[in-house]
Amino acid sequence: MVEHATAPAIELRGLTKSFGNVVANSEVDLTVHQGEILSLLGENGSGKTTLMNMLMGLYRPDKGEIYIHGARADIQSPHDAIALGVGMIHQHFKLVDVLTVRDNIVLGTRGGGSRKQIDAKIRELSQRFDLNIAPERKIYSLSVGEKQMVEIMKVLYRGARTLILDEPTAVLTPQEIDRLFAILRRMKKDGCAIIIITHKLNEVMEISDRVTILRKGRSMGTVVTGEIQIRDLIERMVGESIDLSIHRPEPKRGGNVLDVHRLSVLNEDKVAVLSDVSFAIARGEILGVAGVSGSGQRELCETIAGLMAPSRGAILVDGVDIAGHSARDIIKMGVHMSFIPEDRFGMGLLPSMNIVDNMLLKSYCAHKGIGLDRRPARKLAEEVVETLNVYTPGLNSPVRLLSGGNAQKVLLGREISSNPSVLITAYPVRGLDIHSSMTIYQLLNEQKEKGVAVLFIGEDLDVLLELCDRIMVLCGGRVTGIVDARDVTKEQLGLMMTGHPLEEVLGNA
Amino acid sequence: MRNWQMPVRAIKRVDEENRLRGVFLRVVAIFLALAVGGLFLWALGFSPVAVYASMIEGAVGTKTALRMTARLCIPLLITSLAVTLAFKMRFWNIGAEGQIGVGAIAASYVALYHSDMPRVLLLLTMAAAGFVAGGLYGAIPAYFKAKFGTNETLFTLMLNYVAFYTIQALAQGAWKDPAGMGFPKIARFASQAQLPTLLGVHIGWVVALVLVVLVHLYLRCTKQGYELTVVGENENTARYAGMNVKKILVRTMFLSAGLAGLAGMLQASGADKTLTESVANNVGFTAITVAWLAQLNPLAMVVVTVLFCILTKGSDTIQSLYNIAPAAAEVFQGIILFFVLGSEFFIRYRLRFVGFKGGKVE
Amino acid sequence: MSEGLSYFLSFLAAAIPAGMPLLYGTLGEILTEKGGNLNLGVEGMMYMGAIFGFVGGYYADSVLVMLLLAFAGGALGALIYAVLTVTLKANQNVTGLTLTIFGTGLANFIGENIVLSSPSQTAKVSDALMARITNAGIPLLKEIPILGPMLFDTNIFVYLGIAIAVGMGLYLNHTRKGLNLRAIGENPAAADAAGVNVTLYKYAHILVGGGVCGIGGAYVTFVTCSGMWIQDCVGGLGWIAVALVIFASWSPYRALLGSLVFGALRVVQFYKPAFMRGISDPLFSMIPFLVTAIVLVITSIRLRPERMQPKGCGTNYDREER
Repeated sequence: MVEHATAPAIELRGLTKSFGNVVANSEVDLTVHQGEILSLLGENGSGKTTLMNMLMGLYRPDKGEIYIHGARADIQSPHDAIALGVGMIHQHFKLVDVLTVRDNIVLGTRGGGSRKQIDAKIRELSQRFDLNIAPERKIYSLSVGEKQMVEIMKVLYRGARTLILDEPTAVLTPQEIDRLFAILRRMKKDGCAIIIITHKLNEVMEISDRVTILRKGRSMGTVVTGEIQIRDLIERMVGESIDLSIHRPEPKRGGNVLDVHRLSVLNEDKVAVLSDVSFAIARGEILGVAGVSGSGQRELCETIAGLMAPSRGAILVDGVDIAGHSARDIIKMGVHMSFIPEDRFGMGLLPSMNIVDNMLLKSYCAHKGIGLDRRPARKLAEEVVETLNVYTPGLNSPVRLLSGGNAQKVLLGREISSNPSVLITAYPVRGLDIHSSMTIYQLLNEQKEKGVAVLFIGEDLDVLLELCDRIMVLCGGRVTGIVDARDVTKEQLGLMMTGHPLEEVLGNA
Repeated sequence: MRNWQMPVRAIKRVDEENRLRGVFLRVVAIFLALAVGGLFLWALGFSPVAVYASMIEGAVGTKTALRMTARLCIPLLITSLAVTLAFKMRFWNIGAEGQIGVGAIAASYVALYHSDMPRVLLLLTMAAAGFVAGGLYGAIPAYFKAKFGTNETLFTLMLNYVAFYTIQALAQGAWKDPAGMGFPKIARFASQAQLPTLLGVHIGWVVALVLVVLVHLYLRCTKQGYELTVVGENENTARYAGMNVKKILVRTMFLSAGLAGLAGMLQASGADKTLTESVANNVGFTAITVAWLAQLNPLAMVVVTVLFCILTKGSDTIQSLYNIAPAAAEVFQGIILFFVLGSEFFIRYRLRFVGFKGGKVE
Repeated sequence: MSEGLSYFLSFLAAAIPAGMPLLYGTLGEILTEKGGNLNLGVEGMMYMGAIFGFVGGYYADSVLVMLLLAFAGGALGALIYAVLTVTLKANQNVTGLTLTIFGTGLANFIGENIVLSSPSQTAKVSDALMARITNAGIPLLKEIPILGPMLFDTNIFVYLGIAIAVGMGLYLNHTRKGLNLRAIGENPAAADAAGVNVTLYKYAHILVGGGVCGIGGAYVTFVTCSGMWIQDCVGGLGWIAVALVIFASWSPYRALLGSLVFGALRVVQFYKPAFMRGISDPLFSMIPFLVTAIVLVITSIRLRPERMQPKGCGTNYDREER
C-alpha cells in the first residue's frame, strides 16, 4: 500500500446520524487520499448516501467529526463543502431543467467574469478531463449521460479536488461506464481524491484502490481492492455468504398472451415517445426491456396498462385488443392485468392511507351499491402481510411509514392477488436491499411458472441477463432488437441501447 | 464560513401519527393565539381578560345572544362541510362565498316569483334551487380544471366577485323593491318562503347537524367518498386504478358547491328573510379556516364552528361595549390559524438544542 | 385632435393609474413565486401596506415615511408567511389565505379605530401631503404632447411602479442573484446542492415581494381613495394581481402590459360609450373579475412550457426530507 506523506483529503471520524428511530449511520470512519479512488460499497439502505450527504453539509451529523486535509471542518451547508473543495455528483441529478448548461454550472458561484471568460474556463476543463459540454444547451434537451457530464463539470468548475459520485453507473450503458471510468482515472492522475458510491461488485474491483464497506449504517472496515475476493466483499456487505445469482427456471412457453403490434404513442406535446413497437410475450415467459432511462419504458408500461392512449397500433391480450381503453374498461373486458409502476409512492400506492385502504384500490367497485365494503380488503391485507412477511406496525398505519421493500411487497401482493395473465413491472427492485430484491425475483419467477406473461423493465443489465428469457432493447422509443438473454453480452446490449441495430451489433460480434 | 451554528435543530418525529399530541398542540396553539390577541388588546389600552369575558358573555350569556350565535353557526358549519369535500380532493375551492351567493339568488328567485306554492313544497323547491344553482356554479371551475388544468384557486375566487356584483345589480335593477323608497334593496320574502323556527332558531340548524353525519358517512363509507380521497391523495394512482378523475372532480365539486348553495338558501330564507349582497358575509373564507382547523373531520367541525361563532358574535358585543372595531374577529381568526398552522410543524418535528458552537474551523 | 381620439387618450391616461395597484401586487407576487413560493396573501399584504402607509401619511405627514411604512406593512405580512411556510413548512395555500383574512381584518380594524377616534368621524391625510404625492409632474418631460401628460405628469406611484418593474426584469434575467433565485423556484434541491442559501433567498424575496405589494396597497389609499381611509378599500385587487401573474407569465415586463389592460377594465365604466349607458354600475365593477376568470381559462389552454409557473411553487423545501 502507498504511504501518504500528506494528511488525507477527507477523514471522517465516528459519524452518526439517525432519522427518527432509524439509525442511518453509526460511528462510521472513512479516509480518502489525494490521487486515490475509494469505493463506498453497501446495499441499498446501508447508509452510503446519508454518509456522503453529511460530508456535503446536506445533513447535519448527530455525532462525529470531519477533517479535510487534516483540519477539523464544520460543514453546515453545501456552500461550506464547496468552499473546502469537496463536490458531489448526486444520483438524482441536481440540475435545473429550464436553465442552460452554463447557468447550471455557474449557479451559486460568485464572480467568474464575463460569459466569454466563463465559457473559456469550461472549455479548458472540458479538454483537460475529456468532457463534452455545450454551454448553450438547455438541460431538458440532454441525455442522461450528458447530464452527468454537466454535473461533473459543475463540481470541477467550483475547483473541487475531492469528488463524490453517488451510483454514477446506474443510468449508463457499458460503453458510457468505460468512458466515465477513463475520466475518473484522469482525475486521479491529476491528484484528485475520488469517492465512488456503488453496490456493484465488479465496478469496485475495476476502478477503486481501496473499498470501505457499509452494512446497516455501520462500517465493516476498509480493504485494499487488490487484496480481497468478491466472495469476501459480499460477505461483508450482506453479513452472510449468499449466492447472488438469480435463478431462471426453464420457460414452459405456451402461446402468446400479450401481443403488441406496431404501437406508436405521442406525449402531451405531440412528440413521438414510442414508434412502431412490436413484440409478443408468451405464457410463462419473462421479457426484459433494456434501455437508457427515458427511452419510452414508462410510456410503454402506461400505454399497455391503459393510462395513455396510443396514436396507432394494437395491444392484444389473449386476442382481445385493449389499445386505447382505460384501466377500468380493461378490467370490465375481462382482462386480468397487473402493473407495478416505477415510482411506487407516486403511482400505485396511497402513501398516507393504510394497508387496507390500499388493498381496496383495485377491488372497491367489485360489488354493487354505493357503499364501501372493507372486509374483503382487510382479509387480503392480512393474507399479504402474512404470506409475504411484510414488516408493519399494523394494518392501520399509513404505508408511507413502511420501508421500500415492505411497501413494494404490499403493492406486488395486491397486484398478484387478482391472478393476472399479464404482469407489467417497472424497476421493481429499485431502492431495495438484496434480500428484498431476491424475494421480488422469486415472486416474479413464481408468476412465470404459473403461466403469467411478465414484462420486466430493468436498469441493471446483469439482472436482465440473468432473470429474463428474452430481452427487448429500446432506444428513443424504437425497438433496436429483441434477443435471447442467453445469446447476448452486456456490451452488445449497451450498443443497442444507444441506437445500433441488432444486425450491426451481431455483425460486429 | 460561519463559526457558529443555529442552536436548535428540527428532528423528524417517529410517531407523527400520535393523535393525542396533535390535539394537545392545537389547543396550546389556540391559547397562545388568544394570548397574543390579548397582548394586542392590552397594547390598545384594554384589559384582555375583561374583553374576552365580555365576548363570551355577549355570545352565550343570554338566551337571545345564544340564539343569535347559533344562527351564525348554521351557514358556517354547512359551508365548512362543503369545502371539506373539495379539500379532501385537494381542490382548492375558495369560491364558497360566491356559491353561497348564487344558491341564495336561485332560492330568492323561487321565493320572490313562485311563492304561490304550498309552504313545504316552496321551501323544498327553494332548497333544491339553491343546491343545484350553487353546485353548477362550482362545477364550472371544476370542469375547466379537469379539462385544461385551469387554476381553481383563482377561478373560484373570481366567481365570488361575479356573484357579489350580480346580487348588487339585481338589487339595483331587476329585483329592486318598488316599496323600498328608492333604496336599492330586494323585497322581504313572503312569510311562507321563510324557514320555520325550532327552539327559537330557524330549522337550518337541524339541516346542518344532519349534514354533518351525512358528509361523515359519505367520506368514510361510500365508494364515491373513497374515490375522491384517492384523487386527493394521488391523482396518478387514481388513474392507475382506472378511476375517471375528471368525472370525480366535477361530481365532487358539484356536491361541495351545492352544499354552499344550500347554506345560501338557508341564510336568505331563515336569517335575512330576503336577498342581500352580504348574504355570504365572509362565511366562505371563514369556512376554509374552520375546515382546516378541524383537520377536515366533520365531527370536529361542529366544535370549531361554535368556537368561531362565539368569536364573531363576541366581537360585535365588544364593539358596543368598548368601541373596538368588529374587524377584530378577523384579526383573531387570522392569529389563531397562524398559530395552528405553525403548531403543525411541532406535530411532525421535535426540536433539539445543540448549542451555538459547532466544530471549530481553522 | 378629434374628440374621439382625445376621449380615448383620456381613457388611457386614466387606465394607467387604475392599473398601478395591480402592477405592484403582480410584481410582488412574481418575485415571491420566482423563489418557489405561492403567496395567496397579496390581498392581505396590500391591506397591511394600505393601513401602514395611511398611518405614516396621517401622523408623520411625509411621503417618504408613508412609502417606507407601506413597504414595511406589506413586508410584515410577508414575514408571517415566510416564517410559517419556509421555516415551519406550513401549507402555502392555507397560509396565504389566512394572511388575506388577517391583513384585511387588521387594516379595517386599525382604520376603523382611527376613524372612530377622530372628531369628524372621518380620517383623511393633509391636502399638502396629497399634493406632493399626486402632483409629481416632471418638468419639461410633461410638456411632450400626448405622452407627457400621460406618463410624466402623474403621481409618484406610477414612476416608482414602472421603475420597479424594469428593475425587477433586469434583476431576474441579468444578475447572478436573479439566476440563483430562479433556480430555487425551479428546483430548490439543485440550488441548495450548488451552494445557494435557499432559506435566505426565500426570506429576502418573499419580504421584498410583500413590501412591493404593500406599496400597491398605499396606492389604493392615497390615489384611489384620495387619502381617506375607507373600509374594504382594496376590494379584491390583490386577487386579480395573483391572477395577473399568470397572465404576465412571470415576466415583470408583461406585468406592465397586464396592469394597463386591467386598469382599463377598471375605469371603463366611467368612459362607457353611449349605447352602454343602460348597464348598471355593479355589472361594470364585475368586468375585471369576469375577464380574469376567462383569461385564466385561456392561458391554461395554451400553456407554453417556457412560460410556466416555477416548478417548485407551492411545495416547501425540506433538505432532510427522505
